[in-house]
Amino acid sequence: MSGPSEYQPTNPALQWIERRLPLLGLMHSSFVAYPTPRNLNYWWTFGAILSLMLGVQILTGVILAMHYTPEATMAFRSVESIVRDVNYGWLLRNMHASGASMFFFAVYIHMFRGLYYGSYKEPREILWILGVIIYLLMMATGFMGYVLPWGQMSFWGATVITNLFSAVPYVGDSIVTLLWGGYSVGNPTLNRFFSLHYLLPFVIAGVVVLHVWALHVAGQNNPAGVDAKTEKDTVPFTPYATIKDMFGVSCFLLFFAWFIFYMPNYLGDADNYIPANPGVTPAHIVPEWYYLPFYAILRSIPNKLAGVTAMFSAIIVLAFLPWLDAAKTRSSKYRPLAKQFFWIFVVVCVLLGYLGAQPPEGIYVIAGRILTFCYFAYFLVLLPLLSRIEKPRPVPNSIADDVLAKTGSKTAPMVSTVIALMVAGTLFAGSAQNARAEEEMSPPSQKWSFAGPVGKFDRGSLQRGLQVYKEVCSACHALSYIAFRNLADPGGPGYSEAQAAAFAADYKIKDGPNDQGEMFDRPGRPADYFPSPFANEPAARAANGGALPPDLSLITKARSYERGFPMFVFDFFTQFQEQGPNYVDALLQGFEEKPPAGVTIPEGSYYNKYFPGHAIKMPKPLNDGQVTFSDGSPATVAQYAKDVTTFLMWTAEPHMEARKRLGLQVFVFLILFAGLMYFTKKKVWADAH
Amino acid sequence: MTTASSADSTRRDFLFVATGAAAAVGGVATLWPFVSQMNPDASTIAAGAPIEVDLTPIASGQDIKVFWRGKPIYIMNRTKKQVDEARQVPVASLPDPATDQSRVKEGHDQWLVVIGICTHLGCIPIAHEGNYDGFFCPCHGSQYDSSGRIRQGPAPANLAVPPYKFVSDSKIQIG
Repeated sequence: MSGPSEYQPTNPALQWIERRLPLLGLMHSSFVAYPTPRNLNYWWTFGAILSLMLGVQILTGVILAMHYTPEATMAFRSVESIVRDVNYGWLLRNMHASGASMFFFAVYIHMFRGLYYGSYKEPREILWILGVIIYLLMMATGFMGYVLPWGQMSFWGATVITNLFSAVPYVGDSIVTLLWGGYSVGNPTLNRFFSLHYLLPFVIAGVVVLHVWALHVAGQNNPAGVDAKTEKDTVPFTPYATIKDMFGVSCFLLFFAWFIFYMPNYLGDADNYIPANPGVTPAHIVPEWYYLPFYAILRSIPNKLAGVTAMFSAIIVLAFLPWLDAAKTRSSKYRPLAKQFFWIFVVVCVLLGYLGAQPPEGIYVIAGRILTFCYFAYFLVLLPLLSRIEKPRPVPNSIADDVLAKTGSKTAPMVSTVIALMVAGTLFAGSAQNARAEEEMSPPSQKWSFAGPVGKFDRGSLQRGLQVYKEVCSACHALSYIAFRNLADPGGPGYSEAQAAAFAADYKIKDGPNDQGEMFDRPGRPADYFPSPFANEPAARAANGGALPPDLSLITKARSYERGFPMFVFDFFTQFQEQGPNYVDALLQGFEEKPPAGVTIPEGSYYNKYFPGHAIKMPKPLNDGQVTFSDGSPATVAQYAKDVTTFLMWTAEPHMEARKRLGLQVFVFLILFAGLMYFTKKKVWADAH
Repeated sequence: MTTASSADSTRRDFLFVATGAAAAVGGVATLWPFVSQMNPDASTIAAGAPIEVDLTPIASGQDIKVFWRGKPIYIMNRTKKQVDEARQVPVASLPDPATDQSRVKEGHDQWLVVIGICTHLGCIPIAHEGNYDGFFCPCHGSQYDSSGRIRQGPAPANLAVPPYKFVSDSKIQIG
């Protein structure tokens, strides 16, 4: 995209096209001949990674839209049917959902890289501002995408975020009504969010083209921060940058695949597996992790308008960065002070993110205020000040010199390491205290056959669990996302299709209307879903002392508990994600006849050790000897609880075994491919150094 | 010197080919889920299970239309006249030769069960219309006889017979 191309195709047909539309020449000059600084490090591959992620999100998103229903009463169920029924639907949904997180993860690294190496400085101001615009568009797109599954967090996230606009003086309420298309968040809101969520990625793609154009006009910045002057400073984009980018991408894909195949719900919120309920707000309402720092800023200011203004300013301030930081030296490598403060700023952002996820009380509020101050001080005070007082070290004469000096000493960022350690220590101490306070509340971790990277469901346990559900739970709890045919699905309880059909035939299913216009009962068929015990919600409440027995299909994914820092970090590596099953198992065994001293349980409720608030409307459901297993397993509450929980884990994720199996194959391939890419990259670059 | 460098370049070529091949294999394998998701999902397939239809309400000379897998199925209780007409026409003279016997179940000769979708371009023919006491497609004028065979018009083939069987004399199972 820089000037007329000298590219001339040899093929006469291509020449004919080239004379009329120089598309190939444009491609050639932009992505083949384009000179790229030879000293770029791997932080520069995140541009390519981001392009890939945008592509992945658009592709998987277009496909999900083929199966999704943007209607308030059907959206939640349609997402579940994507995951359960569509071929590889679980894979596509996991790709899209964790893909959003990967997109933000990559964009944050990309932004911090730009910050560290001064990539926003003259002549790249417009390039940087286009990047800020892309980031804003990404935030809007990500937010609206999160609303679409129409779970509790979707609904309340939409409510809270749209209410931000009510802070606008005079016209705030009108703006909010305009956004909603109603008197509250509802079906019109969902519809327009779906439409915009489909539109905005293409707008992003358009701004990305401008971003790349601006990049190719100004040329890439580089770790030395000096301009490329001679041929010796650069290498052609292809093969050098392309191969290096592809190696970076293949490593990133390993990281991405870890989430898709092994930790699909790690970054999500359990509450979003509960269908949207306009009458109940979740106890801890938090946005997705990538918004947390800004959410922390919003909450740390005790005035509505000021909080909202601060939150938006925290993003807008980025656009003014090229003028706030007037230092001539680009790269922080040669700015001893700026470098230290950069790392402190990174820590501030991470800590703000951590605080955004904590309840807004006590020490967290004060810490949030201090860090919010630090965040703005970095941009508004520190960077302008540094550019006046800091004495930068001399920069290399050219990029080639920088490459030759690579063997130079590496000074460890002492101060920032100490700060990072101190911060980690404080966090650890703080959350250890938290953990101690919550320890008695946290359900004990059980051993589950389905845990870990190769975990499988115990078929016997699934079958016994189904029996417990049928004989006990089904009296009050629905299982409406499971069809009888699912009992014969691979990776399930292991029944044959004939057994599933026979199981179905035991049930009476309401069907109709018949030729006389009347509803009638008929025996169940494999395609039918488990019938619900109550005709409707009021009937269920009336029969259960005002409480609604939740549908159990997703219960093991819809319940969770805090693991706290640093456990949640370890969990990422150990693939621990059995909070839901642990909770359900513990709840079923957590009933006690007499509440402990000092605890009063209201009439019609029962004491349960693990139920939040301890007063549960469900009486103790399981007793020893209540269900008799044909395989001789012990007739104890512990056994019942374990089996029914295993069964409910399967109902929540029927394709878990397929997910883990495919995951293993993908990992073997990706490790192999990344290895090949590594050696190919080394070979290609061998003559460039 | 020359041998060393050529051995080196062979090794390099092998590496490049292996990497390229791995990328190609990975790319193609990745495509599969994106294609496969277009196929009918599990609930659609389950809903396509066989259905049973009671024939008792259908009087001679009448027909009903039921749906199976989203397709209209004509079940026609043919009169003696219709059956005779269908059997008297010389098979060899038909555009898509087939005997009436081959299109109905033995012993239940009056029952015609056909998928009511015109083999031309998918419109639904109207029963008891046209010149052959069978079906007439309003879209492009194809005419089918009382055995659902194409007699006139642009359609290339006879109306298809769905898989079905008689569970009893008055009940069939389609699918």
